[in-house]
Amino acid sequence: MTLKSASCATRGLCLRTMTELDQSCSVLREYGSEQSLLSKPDGSSTFVQGDTSILAGVYGPAEVKVSKEIYDRATVEVLIQPKMGLPGVRERTREQCVRETCKAALLLTLHPRSSVTVILQVIHDDGSLLSCCLNAACMALMDAGLPMSHLFCSVTCAISKEGQIIIDPTARQEKECRALLTFAIESVECNVLMSSTTGSFSVQELQQCIAISQKASEQIFQFYRDSVKRRYSKIK
Amino acid sequence: MRDTPLSNCERLFLLKAIEAKKRLDGRQTYDYRNIKITFGTDYGCCSVELGKTRVLCQVSCELVPPKDSRPTEGIMFFNLELSPMASPAFEPNRQSELLVTLNRQLERCLRNSKCIDTESLCVVSGEKVWQIRVDVHVLNQDGNLMDAASIAAISALSHFRRPDVAIQGQDVTVVSPETAEKRPRLFICISYLLVDPCEREERVKDGLLVIAMNKHREICSIQSSGGIMLLKDQVLRCSKIASVKVSEITELINKALENDRKIRKEGGKFGFAESMPKERITTLKRDDAPVEMTDVKETASDIVNRTETTTEVVPSPVLVAMGTAQVGEGIVNSWALDEDEEDEPQTEDRKTGTVSDVCFCAVE
Repeated sequence: MTLKSASCATRGLCLRTMTELDQSCSVLREYGSEQSLLSKPDGSSTFVQGDTSILAGVYGPAEVKVSKEIYDRATVEVLIQPKMGLPGVRERTREQCVRETCKAALLLTLHPRSSVTVILQVIHDDGSLLSCCLNAACMALMDAGLPMSHLFCSVTCAISKEGQIIIDPTARQEKECRALLTFAIESVECNVLMSSTTGSFSVQELQQCIAISQKASEQIFQFYRDSVKRRYSKIK
Repeated sequence: MRDTPLSNCERLFLLKAIEAKKRLDGRQTYDYRNIKITFGTDYGCCSVELGKTRVLCQVSCELVPPKDSRPTEGIMFFNLELSPMASPAFEPNRQSELLVTLNRQLERCLRNSKCIDTESLCVVSGEKVWQIRVDVHVLNQDGNLMDAASIAAISALSHFRRPDVAIQGQDVTVVSPETAEKRPRLFICISYLLVDPCEREERVKDGLLVIAMNKHREICSIQSSGGIMLLKDQVLRCSKIASVKVSEITELINKALENDRKIRKEGGKFGFAESMPKERITTLKRDDAPVEMTDVKETASDIVNRTETTTEVVPSPVLVAMGTAQVGEGIVNSWALDEDEEDEPQTEDRKTGTVSDVCFCAVE
């Protein structure tokens, strides 16, 4: 696994030492995305955060089964497929988080009795999986051109055993931390749309993590804007 | 979701074009689409793009007790999944004919060809063997899933490194992955009669001939479906074309494996993140970005101080009996009907309430 560190530019396998941890705890890993890479789905994107990589595909607005249709709005379905094995309870909880966030952001009443399906495939998991899923889902929804009232992004914070807050943790950091918090933040007023936490933490730490996530989300929203600008730069 | 049906004029056009030896995308009759093979960060992960068809494969292993009938052989498990992302017609958890055919063909090709020596997967005879699990996910359906899946599976198996095992008496400890000298013979499936059909061409087909072959021109399996009647020399001609294609594809896989090995040895960056093309207008990458954390502590303590403390007092638990405690009193029973109240003498002082108000905790 390749871990990137802000202080040293070593290539290949490098372990984060304790001194580097202080400098790198408030750093978002290198991230990137590609849109419209699949030909069949209406919208698709891949989002890469460090080594964690997710591929998202969106179909919608499309036909919906009569048993699942809602008379005045679209039905949102989310499917997360792990790389190995069949989806289990863990995937179902993540699907729930993503679905609630998408339902809050999309303008569902514009497409009654239709379905919007978001399918997420885990390509590689190196920490901050739920965040990467949400970011990939948002970029795919943008690519599909579905109307949304606001964009959303997600940031994961880990609280280490010493009480230090680490943003965008790797899988190793997640295993050694005492609490893991994921927040989905919306773009208009940086409010929290969804939060999913495990582990124990104080109210003070919670508010600190929310504040840090809001700060980090500004960068991710700027990234969204830049990628869309780049995409449509050739159109006069 | 139902797939959009193919219109008659499209069908006629495709058939006429094939008769005139012309393909939709300008290829020759026996040409393959562009194949791109990329490997992921961990061993055994491979993504194959055959034109627009995209397939992801992951190989994993774990130690399990062996089957009773074969105590000295390892187990291989193949699983191909048609992700709903690949096509609107694929629904999750639906056993379609296509899925079963693809699974069966993949299994036949890889298991019966003995490309992996199952005897070498044995650790402790009769007790512990390696179970190699191959998961293939179809990400985009643009025709010829069989070939793409088999290329992905073989590349992932070649790329995979089985962890080394140290045995001391009865204990078996697993050491970090080492280069295992397992080189499976490469078997690739080639679909016919039009080589590598794209999705539209697949829809107008009458039949399908799949040949699995390795670079030494040994045929592993031939499957003909659709009820088309082939002449002997047609089958021979197909196998000749197959051998040419197989050697090309095998070379491609080996080159990709070599590249990956070189990059890993030199310590360069590898994985899907690196293989994302940077020059495209639809991609964007950002380097590590530090986040401003200076006034975070102040805003956080500000918010905490501003929120009012809750005035609701949580009732303390009352011990009812050994191992059972009760928190809360509960509200009036809203389930009983008015007529029943006369029949049942309610002698209890505490009214039973809905589950949300009374909390019983029984400790074993």
